[in-house]
Amino acid sequence: MENIIEVENLTKSFGKITAVNNISFEVGKGDIFAFLGPNGAGKSTTIKMLTTLLEPTSGQIKVAGFDVCHDEDDARHSFGIVFQDPSLDEDLTAYENMDLHGVLYGINKKERKERVESLLKFVELWDRHKDLVKHFSGGMKRRLEIARGLLHHPKILFLDEPTIGLDPQTRNHIWSYIKDMNQKEQMTIFFTTHYMEEAQRVAKNIAVIDNGTIVAQGTPEELLSKTNSQSLEDAFLALTGHNIREESPDAWAHIRAMKRAKR
Amino acid sequence: MMKVVYIFWLRQIKKYYRSKSRIIGSLGQPVLFLLALGFGFGPIFQKAGQGNYLQFLAPGVVSMSIIFFSVFSGIEIIFDRQFGFLKETLAAPVSRFSIMLGRTLGGASVATLQGLLVIIIATIAGFRFDVAASLSLLLLFMFLIAVLFTALGTAIGSLMEDFHGFQLVVNFLIMPLFFLSGALFPLEEAPKILTAFAAIDPLAYGVDGLRGSLMQTTHFGLPVDLAVLFCLSAIMIALGAYFFSKAQV
Ligand SMILES: Nc1ncnc2c1ncn2[C@@H]1O[C@H](COP(=O)(O)OP(=O)(O)OP(=O)(O)O)[C@@H](O)[C@H]1O
Ligand SMILES: [Mg+2]
Repeated sequence: MENIIEVENLTKSFGKITAVNNISFEVGKGDIFAFLGPNGAGKSTTIKMLTTLLEPTSGQIKVAGFDVCHDEDDARHSFGIVFQDPSLDEDLTAYENMDLHGVLYGINKKERKERVESLLKFVELWDRHKDLVKHFSGGMKRRLEIARGLLHHPKILFLDEPTIGLDPQTRNHIWSYIKDMNQKEQMTIFFTTHYMEEAQRVAKNIAVIDNGTIVAQGTPEELLSKTNSQSLEDAFLALTGHNIREESPDAWAHIRAMKRAKR
Repeated sequence: MMKVVYIFWLRQIKKYYRSKSRIIGSLGQPVLFLLALGFGFGPIFQKAGQGNYLQFLAPGVVSMSIIFFSVFSGIEIIFDRQFGFLKETLAAPVSRFSIMLGRTLGGASVATLQGLLVIIIATIAGFRFDVAASLSLLLLFMFLIAVLFTALGTAIGSLMEDFHGFQLVVNFLIMPLFFLSGALFPLEEAPKILTAFAAIDPLAYGVDGLRGSLMQTTHFGLPVDLAVLFCLSAIMIALGAYFFSKAQV
Protein backbone atom coordinates (compact mmCIF):
# COMPACT_ATOMS: atom_id res chain seq x y z
CA MET A 1 0.00 0.00 0.00
CA GLU A 2 1.19 3.49 -0.90
CA ASN A 3 1.74 5.78 2.13
CA ILE A 4 -0.19 9.02 2.34
CA ILE A 5 1.18 10.10 5.72
CA GLU A 6 4.81 9.59 6.71
CA VAL A 7 6.08 10.73 10.09
CA GLU A 8 9.72 10.43 11.05
CA ASN A 9 11.29 11.14 14.45
CA LEU A 10 8.63 13.70 15.30
CA THR A 11 9.07 15.59 18.57
CA LYS A 12 7.15 18.45 20.13
CA SER A 13 8.10 20.13 23.40
CA PHE A 14 6.25 22.83 25.28
CA GLY A 15 8.92 24.21 27.55
CA LYS A 16 9.84 21.33 29.83
CA ILE A 17 6.97 19.12 28.72
CA THR A 18 7.72 16.79 25.84
CA ALA A 19 4.24 16.12 24.50
CA VAL A 20 5.40 14.03 21.55
CA ASN A 21 8.69 12.22 21.84
CA ASN A 22 10.44 11.01 18.70
CA ILE A 23 7.60 9.10 17.05
CA SER A 24 7.62 7.56 13.59
CA PHE A 25 4.75 5.92 11.71
CA GLU A 26 3.09 5.65 8.33
CA VAL A 27 -0.51 5.62 7.23
CA GLY A 28 -1.44 3.89 3.97
CA LYS A 29 -3.65 5.52 1.36
CA GLY A 30 -7.31 4.63 1.90
CA ASP A 31 -6.65 3.34 5.41
CA ILE A 32 -8.82 3.89 8.45
CA PHE A 33 -6.18 4.59 11.02
CA ALA A 34 -6.91 4.86 14.75
CA PHE A 35 -4.50 6.82 16.91
CA LEU A 36 -5.22 5.71 20.46
CA GLY A 37 -3.81 6.68 23.81
CA PRO A 38 -4.71 7.83 27.32
CA ASN A 39 -5.44 11.48 28.17
CA GLY A 40 -2.45 13.69 27.58
CA ALA A 41 -0.62 11.06 25.51
CA GLY A 42 0.04 13.51 22.69
CA LYS A 43 -2.65 12.61 20.16
CA SER A 44 -4.06 16.08 19.58
CA THR A 45 -0.58 17.59 19.54
CA THR A 46 0.40 15.13 16.81
CA ILE A 47 -2.71 15.93 14.78
CA LYS A 48 -2.03 19.65 15.10
CA MET A 49 1.44 19.15 13.72
CA LEU A 50 0.17 16.95 10.89
CA THR A 51 -2.33 19.68 9.97
CA THR A 52 0.17 22.59 10.00
CA LEU A 53 -1.32 24.20 13.11
CA LEU A 54 1.74 23.62 15.26
CA GLU A 55 5.37 23.63 14.26
CA PRO A 56 7.27 20.51 15.32
CA THR A 57 10.27 20.92 17.57
CA SER A 58 12.04 18.42 15.33
CA GLY A 59 11.26 15.67 12.86
CA GLN A 60 9.78 15.18 9.42
CA ILE A 61 6.16 15.03 8.34
CA LYS A 62 4.91 14.26 4.87
CA VAL A 63 1.21 14.54 4.17
CA ALA A 64 0.01 13.58 0.69
CA GLY A 65 3.60 13.84 -0.45
CA PHE A 66 4.13 17.37 0.88
CA ASP A 67 6.44 18.42 3.65
CA VAL A 68 4.06 20.20 6.05
CA CYS A 69 6.79 22.50 7.34
CA HIS A 70 7.75 23.86 3.92
CA ASP A 71 4.77 23.31 1.64
CA GLU A 72 2.03 24.13 4.13
CA ASP A 73 -0.30 25.46 1.48
CA ASP A 74 -0.08 22.34 -0.66
CA ALA A 75 -0.46 20.12 2.37
CA ARG A 76 -3.54 22.03 3.51
CA HIS A 77 -5.22 21.33 0.20
CA SER A 78 -5.08 17.62 0.90
CA PHE A 79 -6.90 17.28 4.20
CA GLY A 80 -9.94 18.17 6.23
CA ILE A 81 -10.16 18.14 9.99
CA VAL A 82 -12.65 17.87 12.81
CA PHE A 83 -11.08 19.23 15.96
CA GLN A 84 -11.43 17.86 19.46
CA ASP A 85 -12.08 21.33 20.89
CA PRO A 86 -14.80 23.68 19.67
CA SER A 87 -13.92 25.56 16.50
CA LEU A 88 -17.24 27.07 15.40
CA ASP A 89 -18.01 30.76 15.14
CA GLU A 90 -20.78 31.05 17.70
CA ASP A 91 -21.93 34.44 16.44
CA LEU A 92 -22.79 32.96 13.07
CA THR A 93 -25.68 30.65 12.25
CA ALA A 94 -25.24 26.95 11.56
CA TYR A 95 -25.73 27.61 7.86
CA GLU A 96 -23.21 30.45 7.81
CA ASN A 97 -20.59 28.31 9.53
CA MET A 98 -21.06 25.62 6.89
CA ASP A 99 -21.10 28.11 4.05
CA LEU A 100 -17.91 29.83 5.19
CA HIS A 101 -16.19 26.46 5.35
CA GLY A 102 -17.38 25.67 1.84
CA VAL A 103 -15.89 28.93 0.54
CA LEU A 104 -12.59 28.25 2.31
CA TYR A 105 -12.39 24.84 0.66
CA GLY A 106 -13.30 26.16 -2.76
CA ILE A 107 -16.66 24.45 -3.26
CA ASN A 108 -18.75 26.31 -5.82
CA LYS A 109 -21.96 28.01 -4.85
CA LYS A 110 -24.45 25.51 -6.23
CA GLU A 111 -22.72 22.48 -4.82
CA ARG A 112 -22.21 24.26 -1.51
CA LYS A 113 -25.89 24.88 -1.18
CA GLU A 114 -26.79 21.28 -1.91
CA ARG A 115 -24.17 19.74 0.32
CA VAL A 116 -24.79 22.08 3.23
CA GLU A 117 -28.47 21.29 3.17
CA SER A 118 -28.03 17.54 2.86
CA LEU A 119 -25.38 17.38 5.59
CA LEU A 120 -27.38 19.53 7.98
CA LYS A 121 -30.31 17.21 7.35
CA PHE A 122 -28.01 14.25 7.93
CA VAL A 123 -27.02 15.50 11.39
CA GLU A 124 -30.60 16.63 12.03
CA LEU A 125 -29.87 20.31 12.31
CA TRP A 126 -31.66 21.54 9.22
CA ASP A 127 -34.61 22.78 11.30
CA ARG A 128 -32.20 25.01 13.17
CA HIS A 129 -29.96 26.11 10.33
CA LYS A 130 -30.85 29.78 10.76
CA ASP A 131 -30.12 29.78 14.50
CA LEU A 132 -26.95 31.23 15.95
CA VAL A 133 -24.59 28.49 17.07
CA LYS A 134 -24.29 30.02 20.53
CA HIS A 135 -27.84 28.89 21.21
CA PHE A 136 -27.04 25.25 20.41
CA SER A 137 -26.58 22.43 22.94
CA GLY A 138 -23.19 20.72 23.25
CA GLY A 139 -24.27 17.74 21.16
CA MET A 140 -25.74 19.96 18.47
CA LYS A 141 -22.50 21.90 18.20
CA ARG A 142 -20.59 18.66 17.95
CA ARG A 143 -22.85 17.43 15.16
CA LEU A 144 -22.38 20.70 13.33
CA GLU A 145 -18.59 20.42 13.62
CA ILE A 146 -18.72 16.96 12.11
CA ALA A 147 -21.10 17.98 9.34
CA ARG A 148 -18.76 20.84 8.52
CA GLY A 149 -15.78 18.48 8.41
CA LEU A 150 -17.61 16.25 5.93
CA LEU A 151 -18.57 19.14 3.64
CA HIS A 152 -15.61 18.87 1.32
CA HIS A 153 -14.13 15.55 0.37
CA PRO A 154 -10.40 15.70 1.06
CA LYS A 155 -7.84 12.98 0.46
CA ILE A 156 -7.28 12.68 4.19
CA LEU A 157 -9.79 13.35 6.94
CA PHE A 158 -8.45 13.94 10.44
CA LEU A 159 -10.99 13.33 13.20
CA ASP A 160 -9.89 14.16 16.73
CA GLU A 161 -12.37 12.41 19.01
CA PRO A 162 -15.19 13.12 16.57
CA THR A 163 -17.90 11.31 18.49
CA ILE A 164 -17.15 12.72 21.93
CA GLY A 165 -20.36 13.58 23.74
CA LEU A 166 -22.66 12.05 21.15
CA ASP A 167 -25.30 9.40 21.80
CA PRO A 168 -24.78 5.87 20.37
CA GLN A 169 -27.38 6.36 17.62
CA THR A 170 -25.64 9.44 16.30
CA ARG A 171 -22.23 7.81 16.62
CA ASN A 172 -23.23 4.83 14.52
CA HIS A 173 -24.96 7.03 12.02
CA ILE A 174 -21.87 9.19 11.56
CA TRP A 175 -19.45 6.28 11.40
CA SER A 176 -21.41 4.57 8.68
CA TYR A 177 -21.27 7.79 6.66
CA ILE A 178 -17.52 8.08 7.16
CA LYS A 179 -16.91 4.44 6.27
CA ASP A 180 -18.94 4.97 3.15
CA MET A 181 -16.79 7.96 2.11
CA ASN A 182 -13.69 5.90 2.85
CA GLN A 183 -14.86 3.14 0.55
CA LYS A 184 -16.32 5.19 -2.27
CA GLU A 185 -13.61 7.83 -2.51
CA GLN A 186 -10.57 6.05 -1.12
CA MET A 187 -10.49 8.78 1.52
CA THR A 188 -7.93 8.13 4.24
CA ILE A 189 -9.33 8.45 7.76
CA PHE A 190 -7.05 9.32 10.66
CA PHE A 191 -8.97 9.39 13.92
CA THR A 192 -8.62 9.32 17.68
CA THR A 193 -11.17 8.10 20.17
CA HIS A 194 -11.50 6.87 23.73
CA TYR A 195 -14.28 4.45 22.77
CA MET A 196 -12.33 1.25 22.24
CA GLU A 197 -15.23 -0.71 20.78
CA GLU A 198 -15.59 2.05 18.19
CA ALA A 199 -11.93 1.76 17.25
CA GLN A 200 -12.16 -2.04 17.13
CA ARG A 201 -15.17 -1.86 14.85
CA VAL A 202 -13.91 0.64 12.27
CA ALA A 203 -10.11 0.78 12.35
CA LYS A 204 -8.02 -1.17 9.88
CA ASN A 205 -4.78 -0.13 11.55
CA ILE A 206 -4.02 1.18 15.00
CA ALA A 207 -1.15 2.95 16.71
CA VAL A 208 -1.12 3.30 20.49
CA ILE A 209 0.67 6.30 21.94
CA ASP A 210 1.49 6.75 25.60
CA ASN A 211 3.51 9.54 27.22
CA GLY A 212 4.42 10.85 23.80
CA THR A 213 5.87 7.56 22.50
CA ILE A 214 4.27 4.93 20.31
CA VAL A 215 4.04 1.72 22.31
CA ALA A 216 2.32 -0.57 19.79
CA GLN A 217 1.21 -0.61 16.19
CA GLY A 218 -0.70 -3.02 13.96
CA THR A 219 -4.13 -4.26 12.95
CA PRO A 220 -6.71 -4.74 15.72
CA GLU A 221 -6.14 -8.53 15.50
CA GLU A 222 -2.41 -8.15 15.83
CA LEU A 223 -2.78 -6.01 18.94
CA LEU A 224 -5.17 -8.53 20.49
CA SER A 225 -2.90 -11.48 19.89
CA LYS A 226 0.18 -9.57 20.94
CA THR A 227 -1.37 -8.80 24.33
CA ASN A 228 -3.39 -12.01 24.66
CA SER A 229 -6.59 -10.01 24.99
CA GLN A 230 -10.22 -10.61 24.12
CA SER A 231 -11.12 -7.01 23.38
CA LEU A 232 -9.28 -3.92 22.26
CA GLU A 233 -10.08 -2.34 25.59
CA ASP A 234 -8.15 -5.08 27.39
CA ALA A 235 -5.32 -4.77 24.91
CA PHE A 236 -5.27 -1.00 25.43
CA LEU A 237 -5.10 -1.39 29.20
CA ALA A 238 -2.42 -4.04 28.92
CA LEU A 239 -0.34 -1.68 26.78
CA THR A 240 -0.83 1.54 28.68
CA GLY A 241 -1.41 0.39 32.27
CA HIS A 242 -4.36 0.90 34.61
CA ASN A 243 -3.39 4.14 36.27
CA ILE A 244 -5.13 7.42 35.67
CA ARG A 245 -2.93 9.90 33.88
CA GLU A 246 -1.39 12.98 35.33
CA GLU A 247 -1.88 16.14 33.33
CA SER A 248 1.71 16.21 32.22
CA PRO A 249 3.53 13.18 30.85
CA ASP A 250 6.68 14.40 32.52
CA ALA A 251 5.09 14.29 35.93
CA TRP A 252 4.00 10.78 35.07
CA ALA A 253 7.45 9.70 33.96
CA HIS A 254 8.75 11.21 37.15
CA ILE A 255 6.43 9.08 39.30
CA ARG A 256 7.46 5.96 37.46
CA ALA A 257 11.10 6.79 37.90
CA MET A 258 10.51 7.18 41.62
CA LYS A 259 8.73 3.83 41.79
CA ARG A 260 11.62 2.22 40.01
CA ALA A 261 14.07 3.82 42.37
CA LYS A 262 12.20 2.44 45.38
CA ARG A 263 12.37 -1.14 44.16
CA MET B 1 -8.82 34.79 -3.24
CA MET B 2 -11.49 37.49 -3.69
CA LYS B 3 -14.14 35.10 -2.41
CA VAL B 4 -12.17 34.45 0.75
CA VAL B 5 -11.57 38.17 1.33
CA TYR B 6 -15.28 38.77 0.77
CA ILE B 7 -16.52 36.04 3.12
CA PHE B 8 -14.33 37.30 5.96
CA TRP B 9 -15.36 40.87 5.27
CA LEU B 10 -18.99 39.76 5.40
CA ARG B 11 -18.39 37.89 8.64
CA GLN B 12 -17.22 41.10 10.33
CA ILE B 13 -20.25 43.00 9.03
CA LYS B 14 -22.64 40.31 10.28
CA LYS B 15 -21.02 40.17 13.67
CA TYR B 16 -21.31 43.96 13.86
CA TYR B 17 -24.99 44.31 13.20
CA ARG B 18 -25.75 41.37 15.47
CA SER B 19 -24.02 42.99 18.44
CA LYS B 20 -26.33 45.89 19.21
CA SER B 21 -24.88 46.20 22.70
CA ARG B 22 -21.41 46.71 21.26
CA ILE B 23 -22.63 49.38 18.85
CA ILE B 24 -24.41 51.29 21.59
CA GLY B 25 -21.69 50.65 24.16
CA SER B 26 -18.94 52.03 21.94
CA LEU B 27 -20.94 55.21 21.40
CA GLY B 28 -20.93 56.00 25.11
CA GLN B 29 -17.37 57.26 25.29
CA PRO B 30 -17.51 59.58 22.24
CA VAL B 31 -20.83 61.02 23.36
CA LEU B 32 -19.38 61.74 26.78
CA PHE B 33 -16.37 63.45 25.21
CA LEU B 34 -18.56 65.52 22.93
CA LEU B 35 -20.90 66.63 25.67
CA ALA B 36 -18.54 67.02 28.64
CA LEU B 37 -15.53 68.42 26.80
CA GLY B 38 -17.41 70.10 23.98
CA PHE B 39 -19.74 72.04 26.21
CA GLY B 40 -17.41 72.19 29.21
CA PHE B 41 -14.42 73.73 27.43
CA GLY B 42 -16.53 75.55 24.84
CA PRO B 43 -16.68 78.95 26.62
CA ILE B 44 -12.94 79.01 27.45
CA PHE B 45 -12.00 78.05 23.91
CA GLN B 46 -14.25 80.83 22.61
CA LYS B 47 -12.75 83.38 25.00
CA ALA B 48 -9.27 82.43 23.85
CA GLY B 49 -10.36 83.47 20.40
CA GLN B 50 -10.29 79.97 18.87
CA GLY B 51 -13.94 79.88 17.82
CA ASN B 52 -16.43 77.12 18.45
CA TYR B 53 -14.83 74.21 20.37
CA LEU B 54 -17.43 71.66 19.28
CA GLN B 55 -16.51 72.41 15.66
CA PHE B 56 -12.89 71.73 16.55
CA LEU B 57 -13.50 68.74 18.79
CA ALA B 58 -15.94 66.70 16.74
CA PRO B 59 -13.42 65.42 14.15
CA GLY B 60 -11.11 64.45 17.02
CA VAL B 61 -13.84 62.50 18.75
CA VAL B 62 -14.76 60.80 15.48
CA SER B 63 -11.18 59.68 15.11
CA MET B 64 -11.21 58.45 18.69
CA SER B 65 -14.25 56.28 18.14
CA ILE B 66 -12.66 54.86 14.99
CA ILE B 67 -9.30 54.07 16.57
CA PHE B 68 -10.83 52.32 19.58
CA PHE B 69 -13.32 50.39 17.53
CA SER B 70 -10.82 49.33 14.89
CA VAL B 71 -8.04 48.26 17.21
CA PHE B 72 -10.61 46.20 19.06
CA SER B 73 -11.85 44.66 15.81
CA GLY B 74 -8.33 43.58 14.99
CA ILE B 75 -7.67 42.24 18.44
CA GLU B 76 -10.84 40.15 18.21
CA ILE B 77 -8.53 37.52 16.76
CA ILE B 78 -7.87 36.64 20.38
CA PHE B 79 -11.56 35.80 20.82
CA ASP B 80 -11.29 33.53 17.81
CA ARG B 81 -8.31 31.89 19.39
CA GLN B 82 -10.10 31.38 22.69
CA PHE B 83 -13.36 30.19 21.18
CA GLY B 84 -11.45 27.97 18.78
CA PHE B 85 -12.60 29.38 15.46
CA LEU B 86 -9.03 30.43 14.66
CA LYS B 87 -8.10 26.75 14.16
CA GLU B 88 -10.73 26.44 11.46
CA THR B 89 -9.26 29.38 9.54
CA LEU B 90 -5.62 28.42 10.04
CA ALA B 91 -6.07 24.87 8.78
CA ALA B 92 -7.89 26.00 5.63
CA PRO B 93 -6.20 25.75 2.23
CA VAL B 94 -6.27 29.47 1.51
CA SER B 95 -3.59 32.08 1.91
CA ARG B 96 -3.53 33.61 5.34
CA PHE B 97 -3.00 36.96 3.69
CA SER B 98 -6.46 36.86 2.13
CA ILE B 99 -8.02 35.90 5.47
CA MET B 100 -6.21 38.75 7.19
CA LEU B 101 -7.12 41.21 4.44
CA GLY B 102 -10.79 40.23 4.56
CA ARG B 103 -11.10 40.60 8.27
CA THR B 104 -9.13 43.85 8.25
CA LEU B 105 -11.32 45.40 5.56
CA GLY B 106 -14.40 44.13 7.39
CA GLY B 107 -13.22 45.51 10.73
CA ALA B 108 -12.33 48.79 9.05
CA SER B 109 -15.75 49.03 7.40
CA VAL B 110 -17.61 48.64 10.66
CA ALA B 111 -15.27 51.08 12.40
CA THR B 112 -16.03 53.59 9.63
CA LEU B 113 -19.76 53.03 10.13
CA GLN B 114 -19.25 53.62 13.81
CA GLY B 115 -17.43 56.87 12.98
CA LEU B 116 -20.38 57.95 10.84
CA LEU B 117 -22.73 57.33 13.76
CA VAL B 118 -20.57 59.62 15.90
CA ILE B 119 -20.69 62.33 13.22
CA ILE B 120 -24.47 62.09 13.22
CA ILE B 121 -24.55 62.42 16.99
CA ALA B 122 -22.17 65.37 16.83
CA THR B 123 -24.45 67.02 14.29
CA ILE B 124 -27.36 66.59 16.65
CA ALA B 125 -25.24 68.25 19.36
CA GLY B 126 -24.67 71.26 17.09
CA PHE B 127 -21.70 70.37 14.90
CA ARG B 128 -22.03 71.78 11.37
CA PHE B 129 -20.27 70.89 8.14
CA ASP B 130 -20.88 70.94 4.41
CA VAL B 131 -21.98 67.37 3.73
CA ALA B 132 -21.94 67.50 -0.05
CA ALA B 133 -18.48 69.06 -0.27
CA SER B 134 -16.70 66.88 2.24
CA LEU B 135 -18.37 63.47 2.30
CA SER B 136 -16.11 61.54 -0.09
CA LEU B 137 -12.88 62.87 1.39
CA LEU B 138 -14.26 62.32 4.86
CA LEU B 139 -15.11 58.68 4.14
CA LEU B 140 -11.70 58.12 2.62
CA PHE B 141 -9.91 59.42 5.71
CA MET B 142 -12.15 57.55 8.11
CA PHE B 143 -11.59 54.34 6.22
CA LEU B 144 -7.81 54.81 6.05
CA ILE B 145 -7.59 55.44 9.79
CA ALA B 146 -9.75 52.37 10.35
CA VAL B 147 -7.65 50.14 8.07
CA LEU B 148 -4.43 51.26 9.71
CA PHE B 149 -5.61 50.53 13.21
CA THR B 150 -7.52 47.34 12.45
CA ALA B 151 -4.33 45.99 10.90
CA LEU B 152 -2.41 47.12 13.96
CA GLY B 153 -4.93 45.32 16.15
CA THR B 154 -4.57 42.18 14.05
CA ALA B 155 -0.81 42.28 14.37
CA ILE B 156 -1.06 42.66 18.14
CA GLY B 157 -3.82 40.07 18.41
CA SER B 158 -1.77 37.51 16.48
CA LEU B 159 1.01 37.86 19.02
CA MET B 160 -1.09 37.78 22.17
CA GLU B 161 -2.33 34.54 23.69
CA ASP B 162 -5.22 35.96 25.70
CA PHE B 163 -6.93 39.16 26.70
CA HIS B 164 -4.75 39.90 29.71
CA GLY B 165 -2.52 42.15 27.65
CA PHE B 166 -5.37 44.14 26.20
CA GLN B 167 -5.44 46.74 28.96
CA LEU B 168 -1.75 47.26 28.39
CA VAL B 169 -2.33 47.96 24.73
CA VAL B 170 -5.09 50.44 25.49
CA ASN B 171 -3.19 52.32 28.17
CA PHE B 172 0.25 52.37 26.62
CA LEU B 173 -0.57 52.55 22.95
CA ILE B 174 -4.06 53.71 22.11
CA MET B 175 -4.45 56.34 24.82
CA PRO B 176 -1.10 58.04 24.10
CA LEU B 177 -1.75 57.93 20.35
CA PHE B 178 -5.10 59.55 20.93
CA PHE B 179 -4.09 62.22 23.41
CA LEU B 180 -0.98 63.25 21.48
CA SER B 181 -2.77 63.40 18.14
CA GLY B 182 -4.17 66.88 18.53
CA ALA B 183 -7.68 65.49 18.67
CA LEU B 184 -8.51 67.59 21.73
CA PHE B 185 -6.32 70.68 21.32
CA PRO B 186 -4.96 72.69 18.37
CA LEU B 187 -1.41 71.68 17.48
CA GLU B 188 -0.60 75.21 16.29
CA GLU B 189 -0.59 76.58 19.82
CA ALA B 190 0.87 73.55 21.58
CA PRO B 191 4.38 73.40 23.11
CA LYS B 192 7.15 72.14 20.80
CA ILE B 193 7.48 68.82 22.59
CA LEU B 194 3.81 68.02 21.96
CA THR B 195 3.96 68.93 18.29
CA ALA B 196 7.08 66.80 17.95
CA PHE B 197 5.20 63.84 19.36
CA ALA B 198 2.24 64.57 17.14
CA ALA B 199 4.49 64.52 14.10
CA ILE B 200 5.34 60.87 14.76
CA ASP B 201 1.80 59.91 15.79
CA PRO B 202 -0.03 58.30 12.87
CA LEU B 203 -3.37 59.26 14.33
CA ALA B 204 -2.38 62.94 14.20
CA TYR B 205 -2.43 62.69 10.40
CA GLY B 206 -5.81 61.01 10.57
CA VAL B 207 -7.27 63.69 12.82
CA ASP B 208 -5.75 66.37 10.66
CA GLY B 209 -7.16 64.76 7.54
CA LEU B 210 -10.61 64.57 9.08
CA ARG B 211 -10.44 68.19 10.14
CA GLY B 212 -9.19 69.14 6.72
CA SER B 213 -12.02 67.39 4.94
CA LEU B 214 -14.71 68.59 7.34
CA MET B 215 -13.61 72.18 7.89
CA GLN B 216 -10.85 72.94 5.41
CA THR B 217 -8.27 73.69 8.11
CA THR B 218 -5.18 71.52 8.35
CA HIS B 219 -1.88 71.38 10.18
CA PHE B 220 0.16 69.10 7.93
CA GLY B 221 -1.82 69.61 4.72
CA LEU B 222 -4.19 67.07 3.17
CA PRO B 223 -1.76 65.55 0.64
CA VAL B 224 0.72 64.81 3.43
CA ASP B 225 -2.03 63.34 5.61
CA LEU B 226 -3.20 61.17 2.79
CA ALA B 227 0.26 59.97 1.82
CA VAL B 228 1.28 59.18 5.40
CA LEU B 229 -1.92 57.27 6.19
CA PHE B 230 -1.80 55.39 2.94
CA CYS B 231 1.79 54.25 3.34
CA LEU B 232 1.36 53.35 7.00
CA SER B 233 -1.79 51.36 6.23
CA ALA B 234 0.03 49.38 3.57
CA ILE B 235 2.95 48.72 5.90
CA MET B 236 0.66 47.76 8.75
CA ILE B 237 -1.33 45.36 6.57
CA ALA B 238 1.91 43.70 5.49
CA LEU B 239 3.07 43.49 9.09
CA GLY B 240 -0.29 42.23 10.39
CA ALA B 241 -0.41 39.64 7.62
CA TYR B 242 3.09 38.50 8.49
CA PHE B 243 2.31 38.00 12.17
CA PHE B 244 -1.00 36.39 11.34
CA SER B 245 0.69 33.97 8.97
CA LYS B 246 2.99 32.90 11.81
CA ALA B 247 0.10 32.32 14.22
CA GLN B 248 -0.16 28.88 15.78
CA VAL B 249 -2.86 27.41 17.98
N1 LIG C 1 -0.13 24.58 24.04
C1 LIG C 1 0.36 23.78 24.98
N2 LIG C 1 1.19 24.27 25.92
C2 LIG C 1 1.71 23.45 26.86
N3 LIG C 1 1.46 22.13 26.95
C3 LIG C 1 0.65 21.59 26.06
C4 LIG C 1 0.05 22.38 25.02
N4 LIG C 1 -0.74 21.58 24.26
C5 LIG C 1 -0.63 20.34 24.80
N5 LIG C 1 0.20 20.35 25.88
C6 LIG C 1 0.58 19.19 26.70
O1 LIG C 1 0.97 18.16 25.84
C7 LIG C 1 0.53 16.90 26.34
C8 LIG C 1 -0.25 16.17 25.28
O2 LIG C 1 -1.48 16.83 25.04
P1 LIG C 1 -2.50 16.37 23.91
O3 LIG C 1 -3.58 17.38 23.86
O4 LIG C 1 -1.77 16.10 22.67
O5 LIG C 1 -3.05 15.02 24.51
P2 LIG C 1 -4.15 14.03 23.92
O6 LIG C 1 -3.48 12.74 23.67
O7 LIG C 1 -4.87 14.66 22.81
O8 LIG C 1 -5.10 13.86 25.19
P3 LIG C 1 -6.70 13.79 25.30
O9 LIG C 1 -7.07 12.37 25.11
O10 LIG C 1 -6.95 14.23 26.71
O11 LIG C 1 -7.27 14.70 24.28
C9 LIG C 1 -0.26 17.21 27.60
O12 LIG C 1 0.57 16.98 28.71
C10 LIG C 1 -0.58 18.66 27.49
O13 LIG C 1 -0.65 19.26 28.76
MG1 LIG D 1 -6.72 15.28 22.44
